[in-house]
Amino acid sequence: MMLESMLIQLCKGMLTSIEIFVFTLLLSLPLGLVIAWGRMSNIKPIRLLMKVYISIMRGTPLMLQLIVVFFAPYYIFGISTSSQFRIIAVIMAFSINYAAYFAEIYRGGIESIPKGQYEAAQILGYSKFETFFIIILPQVIKIVLPSITNEIITLVKDTSLSFVLAIPEMFTVAKQIAAAQASITALLVAGVFYYIFNMIVALLMEAIEEELDYYD
Amino acid sequence: MSLFEIKNLKKSFDDKEVLKDISLKVEKGEVICIIGPSGSGKSTLLRCSTNLETYDGGEIIFDGTLGLVFQNFNLFPHHTVMKNITHAPIKVQKRNKDEVYKEARALLKKFSLEDKEDSYPCNLSGGEKQRVSIARALAMNPDILFFDEPTSALDPELTVEVLRVIRKLAEEKMTMIIVTHEMNFARNVGDYIIFMDDGYIIEEGSPDEVFNSNNHRMDEFLGKLGE
Ligand SMILES: Nc1ncnc2c1ncn2[C@@H]1O[C@H](COP(=O)(O)OP(=O)(O)OP(=O)(O)O)[C@@H](O)[C@H]1O
Ligand SMILES: [Mg+2]
Repeated sequence: MMLESMLIQLCKGMLTSIEIFVFTLLLSLPLGLVIAWGRMSNIKPIRLLMKVYISIMRGTPLMLQLIVVFFAPYYIFGISTSSQFRIIAVIMAFSINYAAYFAEIYRGGIESIPKGQYEAAQILGYSKFETFFIIILPQVIKIVLPSITNEIITLVKDTSLSFVLAIPEMFTVAKQIAAAQASITALLVAGVFYYIFNMIVALLMEAIEEELDYYD
Repeated sequence: MSLFEIKNLKKSFDDKEVLKDISLKVEKGEVICIIGPSGSGKSTLLRCSTNLETYDGGEIIFDGTLGLVFQNFNLFPHHTVMKNITHAPIKVQKRNKDEVYKEARALLKKFSLEDKEDSYPCNLSGGEKQRVSIARALAMNPDILFFDEPTSALDPELTVEVLRVIRKLAEEKMTMIIVTHEMNFARNVGDYIIFMDDGYIIEEGSPDEVFNSNNHRMDEFLGKLGE
């Protein structure tokens, strides 16, 4: 195989990796907040349910979760899925897994906000909704950002797990090329790709952290 | 009718009775100082009055806007001084933005904070923070303002500047209920003093009446404070 065609294939793989990454974040960051609310709910069954959910997501291998989400429609509901479902299953599996981690991070942040902030807001007449989104959440975001950054960097690398469902993302493609060529060049290129991807993510997150550094 | 009235208020935490039978009337323009030993229920009384806490018996009769100044300020750290003061009047009370800003600037000037408009709370001294938090409460145009030990978290020299501000408000006939350990301040600024002990009001009346009473618990309390 020519170097050029190898790079073209790897680039296509890269776009798929980025697609998985972006959609997972878009879904899991807000979903995590909803799960965090459930986890802190006054209603005990909801609280327990979220606790169990989080512990399963964190206590079982992500690779297994990918497989389960992909095969569940067929084995549980007898629905046969099209090949396009692969990428959807991957994004779904990543999203519900990462949402669990984000939920615990959010919870830690929310619980670290002093009670006085809620009381001051109540006296000033803010509704519960306004209090959360105007007073609490902005402070929480600043507190949790470093932990969120860690998870996001892990996600970049975790996208390579999609190979178990034969999704043609960066790592899957690189592995195939390497096998065909009996050379690890493609895998090395993939390694460089993940590294650069993460450097960009880290720089971006650092910029956001600096942006939020206007108070302490 | 009084501006604010509490009738036979009772409050327990679990099985611990903290407020046992509290009644009190506040007239417009009056400054009431509440004193008493630690654990006597002063904060609980304020928290029930301001709806931060539910109560088990009695009633609170008040129809209007109230403000509360906390011991530890509770300013919003991610908002500038100006936003801390103006956000609720604009967003909650839906008042005209220019008007609110104008009022806020006047308050800042009055409290010698005119150069702090764009500062964040973390860059203010304790005394400045407390003055901002008083300005924040006043910007809501409250009918009555509660203070829970507004100077207890402050060094003595910063205490003076906050007490000066509260004194100024008293001269302007702002209705205030102030829990304080500053006995001289209570005596000089309070129109009416309430001495609480163990969930009851033990003594109440004009500063002269209360501070010169022969009640032994009052004497004991003042003695402990080194009066
Ligand atoms: N949320 C709560 N849960 C249980 N007990 C409480 C709670 N808040 C207050 N108490 C108890 O109620 C009693 C009165 O407390 P409160 O804070 O009203 O006293 P205080 O007069 O303000 O004292 P201090 O001068 O120390 O501020 C105390 O024994 C306190 O431990
Ligand atoms: Mg108290």
